[in-house]
Amino acid sequence: MSFTEFVSKNYNEILKSLVRHIELVGISILIGILISIPLGIFLTRHKRVAGPVLALAGTIQTIPGLVMLGFALVLIGIGMLPAIIVLTLYAILPILRNTYTGITEVDKSYTEASRGIGMTNMQTLFKVEIPIALPTIITGIRLSTVYIVSWATLAGLIGAGGLGDLIWTGLSTYNTKYILAGAVPSAILAFILNGLIGLLERILTPRGLRRSRI
Amino acid sequence: MIKFQNVSKSYGHTAILKNISFDINQGEFAVLIGPSGCGKTTTLKTINRLIEPDSGTIFIDGKDITKENPVELRRSIGYVIQQIGLFPNMTVEQNISIVPKLLKYPKEKCQEIVRDLLALVDMPYEENAHKYPTELSGGQQQRIGVLRALAASPPIILMDEPFGALDPITRESLQEEIKQIQKKLKKTIVFVTHDMDEAIRLADTIIFMDNGKIVQMASPEEMLQNPADSIVKSFLGKHMDNGDGAPKLFAEDFMKTKVFKVPKTSRTLECIKLMSSKDVNSLVILNDDDTYFGTVTIEDIKALGKPGKEIAELVTHDVITVGRKEDAQTAFDRLLSSKSNYIIVLNENQTVAGLITRTSMAKALGEALWGEVL
Repeated sequence: MSFTEFVSKNYNEILKSLVRHIELVGISILIGILISIPLGIFLTRHKRVAGPVLALAGTIQTIPGLVMLGFALVLIGIGMLPAIIVLTLYAILPILRNTYTGITEVDKSYTEASRGIGMTNMQTLFKVEIPIALPTIITGIRLSTVYIVSWATLAGLIGAGGLGDLIWTGLSTYNTKYILAGAVPSAILAFILNGLIGLLERILTPRGLRRSRI
Repeated sequence: MIKFQNVSKSYGHTAILKNISFDINQGEFAVLIGPSGCGKTTTLKTINRLIEPDSGTIFIDGKDITKENPVELRRSIGYVIQQIGLFPNMTVEQNISIVPKLLKYPKEKCQEIVRDLLALVDMPYEENAHKYPTELSGGQQQRIGVLRALAASPPIILMDEPFGALDPITRESLQEEIKQIQKKLKKTIVFVTHDMDEAIRLADTIIFMDNGKIVQMASPEEMLQNPADSIVKSFLGKHMDNGDGAPKLFAEDFMKTKVFKVPKTSRTLECIKLMSSKDVNSLVILNDDDTYFGTVTIEDIKALGKPGKEIAELVTHDVITVGRKEDAQTAFDRLLSSKSNYIIVLNENQTVAGLITRTSMAKALGEALWGEVL
């Protein structure tokens, strides 16, 4: 049986896994964004806690995914919920760090001007700092996404489903077709999402900033 | 209009402002100047409450500014900074109309303001309004920076070394423009600089600060006539000796003293050798008593000279001379009306002191206008 035959025969299963995979990635990235961007902005206003918080996020990042899933399995059980919690934890750091550095690195002349001409802190944040930092923030989201697509294959281990299921089945039965059926769509997914978010980044970069970034 | 009453500010143990009091009148162009760290920028920033003083009171139109909301206060005061600080994510139009928008002016009113202001600095609306700051030159960017400060027609404008980062020519035209604008719109301007030329050119009143105190507050003319102390004097520098704006210079101040002189008894071959070794095409010829006799050019020697002849026969006397103590203007007039590329500067005893070339004249003029040039 060739690989194409295998794919057409198991089309439904692969598609189901792919959809579940996208769900896992999408939900954890979304929650990651909702946590990281406000937290990143908060840290730029409270620089004293920024160091410890970023260090903590960095430490989480260094714990192997397998270990984290193991903990989640023990503490929460099997299914999508523990997988999403773990993936979200991994999604946080790149977005958090890019939000923080993006806003911190906005040239002081802009913030001084905005304060000096009478913008409130909120107006400075939304009209000046965030638009200027936006490309950096989106780069963080892009990094997180690509990397969560690959980490999400591990979620199959704790019964969350996704393309990981196919890969683990393949590994335990010495069936390369199963492995490929999981690995290839996952790689393509990462590739496509990377491109899409890159496009979004270009669209959302204020026109006045595009020229200087090339 | 603006009144400082015993204002002090320190950071830790360092006192930045030491009990400062002064008044700036409505429509006055006040320039704060002094060595770096003297407190001039701090003084400026206390006016729109970017910096809060430790003690003392600042009044604008008789009202204590600490009683006002700082955000609203700043919207009623224009602010221009050296780094320009135009928002790169906004167009020229959006940048200029930002304060009117914060003040919730209607849209049409905002657009009208932008049109009028761009016309004020000769930047047509159609061409410029939709550009982004990165698409403008430095001078144009700072023009927009000034317009942004003017947009909500605040009666007071604060400018923190606004032209410091611009090249000399652009700086001068912006100085001219701001002076015009100030006269036309009758704004009260408080302007920080460390450049005395700029202060003299723009100020109605110069407030000279040093070490957190006001050393002297006077009109430029008065300050030039009676500088309060040696620091003010050193800042005034080259402006000091003049009565009418131009420093007093003599011919000797910009002559070149490296002149190749030979006695008139020299022979033609000797002269040609000297000229080629020194890479010059004319020589100054002296009488036996070292007084000036005339000049000789290589062309004359080539055309008329025979080897071994005395140089005296080939000398021309048509190069113009000037005494070293004659004033620069006389020397320049003579050089300009002369056919020659240089004139000879003579000592009182008629010996040769040096010469002034067209290049050294241009250089001297440049220095008088813009300070040291290369």
